Amino acid sequence: MVSGLASLLIIALVLGILFILISESSLAIRRFGIWQFISSTDWNPVRESFGAATGLFGTAVTTGLSLLIAIPVAIGIAIFITEIAPNFLKGPIGVAIELLAAIPSIIYGMWGLFTLAPIMADRIEPALQKSLGGFPLIGLLFKGTPMGIDLLTASVILSIMIIPFTASISRDAFNLTPDVVKESAYALGATKWEVIKDVVIPYSKLGIFGGVVLSLGRALGETMAVAFVLGNNHQITASLLDAAATITVTLANEFTEADTDIYLSSLFYLALILFVMSFIVLAAAKFLILKAERGPSQ
Amino acid sequence: MTWEHTRTRKLKNYAALTLCSFAAFVGLFWLVFILWDVFVHGIGGLHISLFINDPAPPGIEGGGLRNAFVGQLIITFFATLIGVPIGILGATFLAEYARGKKIARLISMLSDIMVSVPSIVVGAFVYAIIVKPFGHFSGWAGAVALAIIMIPVVLRTTEDMLSLVPWTLREAAFALGAPYYKVIIQVVYRGAATGIITGILLSISRVVGETAPLLFTSFSNSFFSVNMNEPVSSLTVTIFQYAMGPYDSWHSQAWAASLMITLFVLVLTILGRLILKWKENKG
Repeated sequence: MVSGLASLLIIALVLGILFILISESSLAIRRFGIWQFISSTDWNPVRESFGAATGLFGTAVTTGLSLLIAIPVAIGIAIFITEIAPNFLKGPIGVAIELLAAIPSIIYGMWGLFTLAPIMADRIEPALQKSLGGFPLIGLLFKGTPMGIDLLTASVILSIMIIPFTASISRDAFNLTPDVVKESAYALGATKWEVIKDVVIPYSKLGIFGGVVLSLGRALGETMAVAFVLGNNHQITASLLDAAATITVTLANEFTEADTDIYLSSLFYLALILFVMSFIVLAAAKFLILKAERGPSQ
Repeated sequence: MTWEHTRTRKLKNYAALTLCSFAAFVGLFWLVFILWDVFVHGIGGLHISLFINDPAPPGIEGGGLRNAFVGQLIITFFATLIGVPIGILGATFLAEYARGKKIARLISMLSDIMVSVPSIVVGAFVYAIIVKPFGHFSGWAGAVALAIIMIPVVLRTTEDMLSLVPWTLREAAFALGAPYYKVIIQVVYRGAATGIITGILLSISRVVGETAPLLFTSFSNSFFSVNMNEPVSSLTVTIFQYAMGPYDSWHSQAWAASLMITLFVLVLTILGRLILKWKENKG
């Protein structure tokens, strides 16, 4: 009986969070509506005018860019562990990659602020400006003074944090490929890479996709790692070398400072948007991973 | 097939495999880089005064983080006290009473999602249900926030562990006339004990590094306090404040605190894995 209540608590928590966030943000929902709040780039506590567009922009850019950096590395790692590494290395490397996920996000933040940001500002960002800054369009991405506190640095940190999620789920998916299928490809004279590319990856694409979507969900809600290096500057900018704000960073920096009801309510509104977004993404990831575990993708 | 063709295929093969190995190297590189960096920066600030002194006024050298260490311990302790029993009971329901039912699948899927839900949202939720009604930040609010994050973690690992206990073992106990609750406590829990303990260790290591849910629940307190009805300082929130602050002495203390947290989390994580592995080898 008690145990039944304890497990129902999970459902109560999900519904409770949703309900509380909606009721706390009702003031802002009534004042700004839904579409207007999402599309407004205004974030002005003094004039009490709030919009989520800048936060959504920062969240979208950092998440997208970090996935772009992390996915190839993560899939490479999964391939290395399942197909290339000698047996005695498989376990240790797998554990090492998973330790990356165990490091608390605040440690990533510290490291990002004091170690990575200066390296980005002094070396990597000037180099990027020099090599890519001259091209039309692409050059716009690297305009401005490299400070290290910007979208690019935040995305790099995020990408390191999500590598383990994509890697470990892709690895599990790769391991589901039956040996017979691989062996028959080898028997046809395929090279190892051809087996990976034409047999293993197509066989496990659903699992890989699930891993990527899970990483997306994790990246959306990551707070501390980006809070240190993003600058919480509410703006939409073309350059990756500018400070910006994500939904999570805004919440972390401004929640305790909100001095008016509408300000606090708008922050709850942001939290609500974040909760709904990540819940949908995570549910999709769960669905894909379950489907991948059940059988090969056809 | 010509020789040329075979050669390009072989070259492609080597190039691709090298790239994959390089990816693994990149992953390891980040791990070593971060751990090494935390170690090098943190070791300098590790001093006995860090553990026995309270913070000095801003800008003045010296002082320690005794309040944050103790605060972190009590918040985590109470979070564990709230989260673990609920998680284990919930898992018992899913794996025993509702085994195979739709509701069990729904709840375990929801907890899988809850494991990854942004922790800052949990902070905002607890702010609304505890901090706002009481009118002030408190250690209890922080403990509840961490407990909410712990529950799904404990629940999922425990559920998996309980499901691993063979059904025949339960039947043997039933045959002796034991009621279900006795079977669960004396047979199932005992069989799954190491797994459950591992789950608890991993859930503690998960919440000990959490910062976002504490920012607006337990907040921070520059004085030593074990009163859970007041704001209680935690290591993670202190790291955030000190790192963003202007003083070098703050930064070095933040690094030292980071080193302690990282060590604690890594030891717990590795310990949990070793226990699991030891169990696998044994049985």
